[in-house]
Amino acid sequence: MYKVIERKMIVPNLHELTIEAPAVAASVQAGNFVVLRPDDRGERTPLSVADWDREAGTVTSIFMQVGASTAKLAQLQPGDTIPTFSGPLGRETVIDNFGTVLCVGGCYGIGSIYPVARALKRAGNRVCTLVEARSSYLLYWQDRLRQVSDSYFNITRDGTVGVKGHVSALPDIMQEAGLKPDRVIVNGCTFMMMRVSEITRPLGWKTVVNMNPIMIDGTGMCGVCRLSVAGETKFACVDGPDFDGHEVDWREFLARRKSYLPEEVAPLRKSGCGH
Amino acid sequence: MAEKKRRDTVRRSMPKQDDFERRKNFAEVALGYTEELARGEAARCLNCKKAPCVSGCPVNIDIPFFVKAIVDGDFAAGVRQIKKTNALPAICGRVCPQEEQCEIKCVVGRRGSPVAIGRLERYLADWEATQAKIEKPRLARKTGRKVVIVGAGPAGITVANDLCLLGHDVTIYEALHEPGGVLTYGIPEFRLPKAIVNREVKYIESLGAKLVLDFVVGKTRTVDNLLEEFDAMFIATGAGLPWFLGIPGENLNGVYSANEYLTRVNLMKGFLFPDFDTPIKRPANVIVIGGGNVAMDSARTAVRLGADEVHIVYRRGREELPAREEEVENAEEEGVIFDLLTLPVKLVGNEQGWVSGMECLKMELGEPDDSGRRRPVPIEGSEFHMPADAVVVSIGNSPNPLIAATTPGLDIGRKDNISTDDNGRTSRHNIWAAGDVVTGAATVISAMGAARTAAQAMHEYLTNLT
Ligand SMILES: Cc1cc2nc3c(=O)[nH]c(=O)nc-3n(C[C@H](O)[C@H](O)[C@H](O)COP(=O)(O)OP(=O)(O)OC[C@H]3O[C@@H](n4cnc5c(N)ncnc54)[C@H](O)[C@@H]3O)c2cc1C
Ligand SMILES: Cc1cc2nc3c(=O)[nH]c(=O)nc-3n(C[C@H](O)[C@H](O)[C@H](O)COP(=O)(O)OP(=O)(O)OC[C@H]3O[C@@H](n4cnc5c(N)ncnc54)[C@H](O)[C@@H]3O)c2cc1C
Ligand code: SF4
Ligand code: SF4
Ligand code: FES
Repeated sequence: MYKVIERKMIVPNLHELTIEAPAVAASVQAGNFVVLRPDDRGERTPLSVADWDREAGTVTSIFMQVGASTAKLAQLQPGDTIPTFSGPLGRETVIDNFGTVLCVGGCYGIGSIYPVARALKRAGNRVCTLVEARSSYLLYWQDRLRQVSDSYFNITRDGTVGVKGHVSALPDIMQEAGLKPDRVIVNGCTFMMMRVSEITRPLGWKTVVNMNPIMIDGTGMCGVCRLSVAGETKFACVDGPDFDGHEVDWREFLARRKSYLPEEVAPLRKSGCGH
Repeated sequence: MAEKKRRDTVRRSMPKQDDFERRKNFAEVALGYTEELARGEAARCLNCKKAPCVSGCPVNIDIPFFVKAIVDGDFAAGVRQIKKTNALPAICGRVCPQEEQCEIKCVVGRRGSPVAIGRLERYLADWEATQAKIEKPRLARKTGRKVVIVGAGPAGITVANDLCLLGHDVTIYEALHEPGGVLTYGIPEFRLPKAIVNREVKYIESLGAKLVLDFVVGKTRTVDNLLEEFDAMFIATGAGLPWFLGIPGENLNGVYSANEYLTRVNLMKGFLFPDFDTPIKRPANVIVIGGGNVAMDSARTAVRLGADEVHIVYRRGREELPAREEEVENAEEEGVIFDLLTLPVKLVGNEQGWVSGMECLKMELGEPDDSGRRRPVPIEGSEFHMPADAVVVSIGNSPNPLIAATTPGLDIGRKDNISTDDNGRTSRHNIWAAGDVVTGAATVISAMGAARTAAQAMHEYLTNLT
């Protein structure tokens, strides 16, 4: 049993969840995810890790309420317990001194890009962070992100803060700031990761995406998380979740997530992801 | 008396759930012997002095002894004897390939059908479960030595049992949220009720083994990190990584590995959706690719989920099916259609990315190959199409490379299996391994047999530690 330290809605439909799990907290790195179950009948739900406190033994994730499991998670109160919290899973994001790195976050990925940016900063990179949301009221953790970034940008659909538009404004923003990234790392919803990959491909900017397929075990046992990368089948939970966005077969990936059809994206649009 | 035994050449059949009824439920198919049937069957045993059956059993159970105990009605004595070498009799009695192991060696089998050793073992184990108090063997004095076991499948459970009895302090780490390994996530409820697996795990815990779930060794903590706290390690992580065919269309929606299909149903209780949250599709036309026990389990699961038609597609002939004969018969009785000598070449999908069918070739048997089985060769121009709205790929598994990749100095063989000596010791002096992770996908009882050997070797090592 794992104790809920905190669960609060930080912007509409996005929740911050902190769980006491000392073994996971001791070894987690940026880019890892955890698999949790809200109760004994619940699904095994994968969530990216957004922060941790090794001393206190806690791990924090940001999740969006979309279906049955995340609805149960959204009911949790401090002091409650959940039966499963397994991790850290997946390979960590590769951190090195790349030079200039552009970190892009959207929806829950605004949270999970934070430890990536922090680690890149510590490794001596020039870190630019770009956050995308539908409107200003859906932004969170901006102060934390600014602290670990050399430059910070917002894009909002309605223009309430930062640049008005969506991620396709990314090259213009970079050009205006006089920056040319040596690497782009994107966390967030599938559509945004795909869009960024499409935009950066002709520019030749290496782009790393943190894939989020359907999963069950998260340890390489079931194969449901498979995707095609450069023509080869990979298991996102053990070979990823980070992959080269220019090599991912997005069409297949979206079909496998069953989110290719517009109607299945509806819950996300409602919940403010912006795509 | 001896006269009468020789004439009794036919084994007692075991009552089963009706063919039609059982297609609609997940309850156990084979119902087990009644006391009368068990004693009648046991009476066929000749109580051989040098019983050949014992050498056929990978854990060398004293078969004549326990069978005699049934004849005498001293069930408790029978159970005690079995448990000396087999910690999981209720499980082995159900899923062991007995016909190729103990029973094939039975002398009664030369002039009729062999004594139904597996069914009798099951009878005793089930009898014990109905008793108010489960007998516990005496534990040796605490040695103060600490052992860590990775993986709570049959191999891990066996070593935990043996080392607890020998007085060592045992902790098991398991990646999933339930113990049991394949017994829990793979083999379906209708063949091995999960209550039995849980009972066996509780028993091991009652001997003092500590079980830690949701703990992925190699991820949560590495092998070397754990060994700072423990005197020795036993790795029993199985062969859990599913293979795919590598044919076009394999990543279409509706194409599952057998592991995914069975895990959704068994571990996640998908058949009880929406009471449990994990969904499982209930397609009408299911194709299962493969011919082993795993394929039979997948096909019979599809029948129970209400499919109209379930096909098993296998590239060799019926004789070559690697599954137990009993399981093939069960599948046939439940209406599974066998498309033998058939090779899948391509999966086809619809606009939305869902599988809609499979292109196949007909095969014929040619010259024998390395395995001594006749090699199937495609017949030119024999292409044909099979419609399907779900395809379950069940062509095998290999060990998960997670631990190998994070443990320096651990020798790994071809196909990612951990290399060991005859006693299960790996290239690292304080790490042993056994079961599917060493042999590749095999059987419950062979995993247990190798685990017992390793446990003995570990005990010696721990005893001599200064
Ligand atoms: C490695 C990994 C990391 C992840 N990290 C996070 C995270 O940090 N925070 C987070 O909120 N989610 C994350 N996800 C996604 C998350 O696991 C799912 O949103 C969650 O399992 C949904 O469960 P549910 O039962 O609530 O909804 P379901 O009932 O399973 O889904 C409801 C509906 O929403 C659709 N849907 C769900 N999620 C998405 C999505 N992200 N994009 C498009 N369509 C979707 C489904 O197709 C379905 O139609 C991650 C997934 C993976 C594999
Ligand atoms: C569907 C199916 C049907 C079968 N039917 C039969 C049958 O009828 N008769 C028969 O004899 N055999 C059968 N088998 C084969 C048999 O189940 C296996 O040979 C046996 O379970 C192997 O035991 P094991 O202990 O080596 O591994 P497993 O049973 O595979 O157990 C390994 C355990 O280790 C855990 N683990 C893996 N990696 C880690 C890690 N890094 N950290 C922590 N834990 C980890 C896994 O989650 C799992 O619980 C069947 C197999 C399948 C899949
Ligand atoms: S454990 Fe298996 S092989 Fe051994 S006696 Fe029992 S059924 Fe036969
Ligand atoms: S070989 Fe057959 S008859 Fe002889 S002891 Fe074994 S089970 Fe009995
Ligand atoms: S989630 Fe099962 S293999 Fe990746």
